[in-house]
Amino acid sequence: MKKRIAMVLAAALCITLFAGCSSTGNKDSAKEPEEKVSDEKAEQEAVEKKGVLMMATTTSTADTGLLDYLAEIFLKETGWELQYTAVGTGEALEMGKNGDADIVLVHAKSSEEAFVEEGYGLERIPVMYNDFVVIGPEGAAEKGDDIKVLFTQILEEQLAFVSRGDDSGTDKKEKGIWTKLELNPEENPNYAESGQGMGATITMADEQQAFCLTDRGTWLKQKNDGDLKLELEIICEGDSSLLNQYGVIAVSPEMYPEVNNEGANAFIEWVCSDEVQELIGQFGVEEYGEPLFVPNAGADA
Amino acid sequence: MNRIEALLSQVFTDAGTYDSIKVTFQMAFFSTGISSFLGIFWGLLLERIRFPGKGIVIRINRTLMGVPPVVVGLVVYLLIMRRGPLGSLSLLYTIPGMVIAQTLIITPIICGMIYSYAVKAAPGVRVFAKMMGASKRQTDLLLLKEMKNEIYFAIITGFGRSISEVGAVMLVGGNIKGYTRTMTTTISLLKSQGIFQEGVVLGILLLLMAFVLQCLTDFFRKDDNVNENY
Repeated sequence: MKKRIAMVLAAALCITLFAGCSSTGNKDSAKEPEEKVSDEKAEQEAVEKKGVLMMATTTSTADTGLLDYLAEIFLKETGWELQYTAVGTGEALEMGKNGDADIVLVHAKSSEEAFVEEGYGLERIPVMYNDFVVIGPEGAAEKGDDIKVLFTQILEEQLAFVSRGDDSGTDKKEKGIWTKLELNPEENPNYAESGQGMGATITMADEQQAFCLTDRGTWLKQKNDGDLKLELEIICEGDSSLLNQYGVIAVSPEMYPEVNNEGANAFIEWVCSDEVQELIGQFGVEEYGEPLFVPNAGADA
Repeated sequence: MNRIEALLSQVFTDAGTYDSIKVTFQMAFFSTGISSFLGIFWGLLLERIRFPGKGIVIRINRTLMGVPPVVVGLVVYLLIMRRGPLGSLSLLYTIPGMVIAQTLIITPIICGMIYSYAVKAAPGVRVFAKMMGASKRQTDLLLLKEMKNEIYFAIITGFGRSISEVGAVMLVGGNIKGYTRTMTTTISLLKSQGIFQEGVVLGILLLLMAFVLQCLTDFFRKDDNVNENY
């Protein structure tokens, strides 16, 4: 007898769970507040769920919260569920090369172009840019907009500098600037490589009162949200070599037939639309007083 | 040796892999040394003395044996960061800082192991020593000698834990190339760069070291107890 009751109970539980989850929701057994059910229904009716789109992207787009913000609207408007893994640009492209992602959103133009040339991606489409800033302890160097002056001073005076050193887009950008200025940062004994993400590297620079090149978004967020007040300040900003272009690339379905190319194309079309470009331009303004990303889809960048 | 080096340098890029092996051993040597000293001392002491609340202390120690390293890392980080209570010592992002964190992780493990061995071995040894009219000091020495194998085993377990740990070392050491980058944090970095082959090679090296350690333990055990069945 007891067994039978238990079975009935278990069955009832299953039905409740099922009804709670399913969109059609049998109202009698679900016993959910009616409002909620109809709310869910309305949402479900707006767009049909189509599936999951897997994106490999960089830590900066995730750390700033941009992707969470976009993913929610993307799901509502198109029915695709955007899932992303935030890694360095190097690993993100590697994931694309292995067919582990349907789409990549990264910021290292030359690597992206190589990715397309090798046949792993269809086309690189510029989406937006943000800019880099050099942060450092106040007073150690004069604030300005000329990266050459600052980097030369850091090298000559052997000022402490923390580099990502993890082959990420930001790391490549920093190394690229040193190379462009024909300076060798390794000559500076106080030049350290953290091998960690942007947030951890900023924390390290703050701890050691060192200079560090970071994207503005992560810097603003960390400065705003961290428990400890960061004691660094922006020392250099606005130099043309500090701009950082993001590109989106759909992984080639010819290379990997199983990738979700339909979803990838839907995302690219969506993210380049005027409406979404405007959303990107407004992201962060409320919280930080300035936009974190500047949309520029369609530009030749 | 040179040939091996040449072979390895073919596989390893410039993520500071050589230095990371050196750093790993420096760190493991010191943290195991200190933890062994403290752990063995406290383990034996815990077995010998009685005091109210002993049960709680043992239970806490057992909990600490399984403490997530990253939690210890966080606590040590907060202690030694520039604005932390020990900030003036500038231990953050240094090997001594990593050794502190690891000592906190490994000491409870060694202490717990030694305690549970001692609980089994000590009564017999004491009865025997008393019968032979040994002094207190001689009794202690006899107990240490009797537990030799277990002590080796505890130390090697601690060493293995030390070289394989990544969470605390990453937080406290900061994975700075050439200074505090260990083998495990190198693997973590290589993975984030998408360089899997080198990571796997380094992982195999770590496994090999663990295997050699196990062989060493067996060697010490056999050396001493040819007739023991185990």
